[in-house]
Amino acid sequence: MSQNSQTPRGEMVTFMLNGAEVQADPNWNLLEAIQFYGIDIPTLCYDEGLTPYGVCRLCVVEIGSGDRTKLVTSCMHPVREGLEVRTHSNRVIKTRKMIMELLIARCPSSKKLQDMAALLELKEVRFKPLNDDCILCGLCVRMCEEQMVAKAIGFAGRGTDRYITTPFDMTSEECRRCGACMYICPACELRCQGPQAETVLCSGCINTEPVCASEYGDAMCFMVPCLSCVKGPEDVK
Amino acid sequence: MVKSINELESLRSQIQSERDSNRPRITVCGGTGCHASGCTEVASTFEENLDSGGLANKIDLVVTGCHGFCERGPIVIIFPQGVFYQKVTPEDVGEIIDTTVENGGIVERLQYKDPVTNEIKVKEEDIPFYQKQKRLVMGNNTSIDPTNVNDYLAVDGYSALAKALGSTPETVIDEVKRSGLRGRGGGGFPTGRKWESTRNAPGDIKYVICNADEGDPGAYMDRSILEGNPHSVLEGMIIGAYATGANEGYIYVRNEYPLAVANITTAIRVAREMGLLGDNIMGSGFDFDVKVNRGGGAFVCGESTALMASLEGKPGEPRAKYVHTSDKGLWDRPSNLNNVETWANVPLIINKGADWYAGIGTDSSKGTKVFSLVGKINNTGLVEVPMGMTLREIIFDIGGGIPDGKAFKAVQTGGPSGGCIPESMIDLAVDYEQLAEAGSMMGSGGMIVMDEDTCMVDVARYFISFLIEESCGKCVPCREGLLRMGEILTDITEGRGKMEDLDLIRDLSEVLKDASLCGLGQTAPNPVLSTLKYFEDEYVAHIKDHRCPAGVCTELITYSIDAGNCTGCGLCLKKCPSEAIMGDKKQPHVLDVEKCIKCGICYDVCRFDAVSKE
Amino acid sequence: MTVDESRLDSIIDEYNAEPGSLISILQDIQAEYNYLPAESLEYVASRLNIPRVQVFGVATFFKAFSLKPKGKQQIHVCMGTACHVRGSKRVLEELERKLEIKAGDTTENGEYTLETVNCVGACALGPVVVENEEYHGQMTPIKVENLLNGK
Ligand SMILES: Cc1cc2nc3c(=O)[nH]c(=O)nc-3n(C[C@H](O)[C@H](O)[C@H](O)COP(=O)(O)O)c2cc1C
Ligand code: SF4
Ligand code: SF4
Ligand code: SF4
Ligand code: FES
Ligand code: FES
Repeated sequence: MSQNSQTPRGEMVTFMLNGAEVQADPNWNLLEAIQFYGIDIPTLCYDEGLTPYGVCRLCVVEIGSGDRTKLVTSCMHPVREGLEVRTHSNRVIKTRKMIMELLIARCPSSKKLQDMAALLELKEVRFKPLNDDCILCGLCVRMCEEQMVAKAIGFAGRGTDRYITTPFDMTSEECRRCGACMYICPACELRCQGPQAETVLCSGCINTEPVCASEYGDAMCFMVPCLSCVKGPEDVK
Repeated sequence: MVKSINELESLRSQIQSERDSNRPRITVCGGTGCHASGCTEVASTFEENLDSGGLANKIDLVVTGCHGFCERGPIVIIFPQGVFYQKVTPEDVGEIIDTTVENGGIVERLQYKDPVTNEIKVKEEDIPFYQKQKRLVMGNNTSIDPTNVNDYLAVDGYSALAKALGSTPETVIDEVKRSGLRGRGGGGFPTGRKWESTRNAPGDIKYVICNADEGDPGAYMDRSILEGNPHSVLEGMIIGAYATGANEGYIYVRNEYPLAVANITTAIRVAREMGLLGDNIMGSGFDFDVKVNRGGGAFVCGESTALMASLEGKPGEPRAKYVHTSDKGLWDRPSNLNNVETWANVPLIINKGADWYAGIGTDSSKGTKVFSLVGKINNTGLVEVPMGMTLREIIFDIGGGIPDGKAFKAVQTGGPSGGCIPESMIDLAVDYEQLAEAGSMMGSGGMIVMDEDTCMVDVARYFISFLIEESCGKCVPCREGLLRMGEILTDITEGRGKMEDLDLIRDLSEVLKDASLCGLGQTAPNPVLSTLKYFEDEYVAHIKDHRCPAGVCTELITYSIDAGNCTGCGLCLKKCPSEAIMGDKKQPHVLDVEKCIKCGICYDVCRFDAVSKE
Repeated sequence: MTVDESRLDSIIDEYNAEPGSLISILQDIQAEYNYLPAESLEYVASRLNIPRVQVFGVATFFKAFSLKPKGKQQIHVCMGTACHVRGSKRVLEELERKLEIKAGDTTENGEYTLETVNCVGACALGPVVVENEEYHGQMTPIKVENLLNGK
């Protein structure tokens, strides 16, 4: 899928990206083009080496003009001649923040999510924390199937009961114990341990406004209430 | 085997000439509604009585598909007079045969009485429920035995196919385009244009698919069409396949509809035996065959890409449609999906012409639509009306208004993706645009009538819990967002709501609409937003006053016994499942609020209006 | 439970072992055994030559499938919209109380399984309860007792 520098100019498509006219390989998706032009947008279920899945919806961008605009996931949408793409419109930002709020309420202690939430300037989570450790992005499943060719794990169940598992929830004969699934998981790497003991606070977040710092010396968590510190709704004040 | 169009026509003439319209015929409705009210025994009693009376070879007995007036089932019609009987039991059978079939008389007590004038209505067409309807798609349901293809041929079945095969695919597409037919399964996309995209898509192998998943809880027209007139759907599909250039077709039908599966399977087998399916259909050189696939019970599988995933043997998860299914659908090949009712409209259009069809309905919405008129309404059942009829006509003229003298409050259309339309908009003319403008949608045609005893917050919460259960869980806004919306609505119905919650609901709705992957999540906020728009005061009453004005939300209501009205009959005491009622015989009873589990049984059983809820 | 492979073969062969017919095949197996025994799923995966995890995913995605044995009597309470506005929730609650199980569960003696379903297409008669194949229309909490007593 990468850009072929020999591609004759005639085969490139031209479109508007945040007001600037740009060109891209017609085989690219919008996200590839956006990243190529150095614009940073958040993604959680996308990985260059894997088939895009389009489920975290963080990579949404707004396309169209006038009052005929809509949001599309840039990791799935192909580049097309004449598109008008906005990567940081108000509507886009608002959507990303709400999605982030939903995700962080699901997995409050994932450092990656916390960092991303900080970048999106999310200040408050209005939902009860669930202390889960999977956002169902499916990276592990695609990693296992596409790169490891093992098909050892997959989705089971539906809706809110959806989860990642091995066939029949049993130790899987297909699994090669390669660890690739864990390597790619955005939710289970670097988990914030919470303040059971002050010393285990990771201090690793990139937050600039540590609101709980007054309470816990050198804590670096930013949430109001600080969700990584709580184990259940009853703890939220 | 029918080897040519001429052979089909001579077969038809032969069937028609053998039929004598004056021959006595008893039709028993065998639709699901009548089934539930016991039509099977009625039909078998007719059969036994005819046999034992030696009448079996003089009188025909036909078990037909659904007539629509399910509330009044089992329905029996006696031809040639066309006498309409309702709520027939096996005990009535002997009398009907004696009086009507043999002697041309009428059994008055089984006839429909107009609730207002008390006038007796002899024939189906005299009954107000049927008078304002225009039964094009459902019409033949009353006269044909769905398992007998000759019945279908006798009413000009497969003549549209013959006509289509005699012209070019482009002509057929043009005809459908000009008719203005729009999809009956949800979005109302113009059918002709969809066919054209599939026809123009590159590729040798293409598919046509019939969506009979009918997931809308409260709608059952697709079921009735498939059960009652399966050949009409099949004929539509063959025509569509010819027009789009497909040689394989699939019918994806809910497994909860066993009779529909059985009848369409029979229809396919018979059509294949007759040469109406298979290679070189009627000598035209066109090959086409159809398979039936049964769904596994998932609302989301009605969504086009989820349906296709499920046809491929995968979980029914939708995928992005930035490349249309008309280009890359089932197994990445061009695929044309239409709803059951859409397919059933096709033979009509080809037979009677696009101009005739376009003459029915409104500017933007042509033809008729079948609605399932259910909920708090007198005449429940399936009604088929021209597009553009007002809600008032449908609910009051056809539906006969609200039972028990209650006040009409709202009507919910479009199923879980639709919205609630309040009483103030009762004169809305029903078509795709008008419904959308009112914040609802046509959907598959569910029309759930609600009266003053329906709590609109509870309705919103009901739809959201339905959708939480039915969301596939693939994308974040729908999976997580609906879960949170459900939590908030539950809080409100249980008295823990806050006024800020209403803003949060609105924000969440915006994101669900904008960012969900498929139509389920994108339309999921509709039931909430529409009730919030038209019935915000009910939300506020729950939040601020901890009161459910309609008396539905159990956490917010209490039952009590009014000593003045209570006669001490003891019925409630006997029926209460949690021993919450005490009292001596003939003395006023008392209800212990602590023990009461709010099942409402006492309220139901009391004959003296002594139990009150508030 | 041991499954009869020849019986499974005949079901699978009816669909020419096509992966696209996975759901129909599982329907038929479920109809045969009342549920989907794990061995049967393993067997289907190998016969259709599809990953085991895909078969498991499909079997757990659709509501119609059960990986646990079901009761002899199956009671489905319709929770569709038409039935809901006519009070099906109260009917369900009464059944839950009488059978002492929650929706989705089977009684300890293996007699009853209580489930909810979203519309059985008999909305005109709501609230509807389907007991095995039999439809009971216009149900009320009061009628529940008679239903369970087979009256
Ligand atoms: C969540 C969801 C459920 C749907 N369920 C059904 C259904 O049960 N039956 C149906 O015909 N269409 C359903 N649709 C609409 C289909 O996706 C599709 O638009 C339709 O079948 C196309 O046929 P038509 O153009 O003839 O309407 C559903 C759509 C969504 C988003
Ligand atoms: S460790 Fe096992 S499950 Fe994970 S990627 Fe490797 S093979 Fe797949
Ligand atoms: S385990 Fe990790 S990689 Fe796999 S779906 Fe969950 S969050 Fe994504
Ligand atoms: S919107 Fe809901 S049903 Fe549709 S893909 Fe997303 S999670 Fe699945
Ligand atoms: S990165 Fe595009 S949806 Fe997740
Ligand atoms: S809603 Fe219960 S049968 Fe349709």
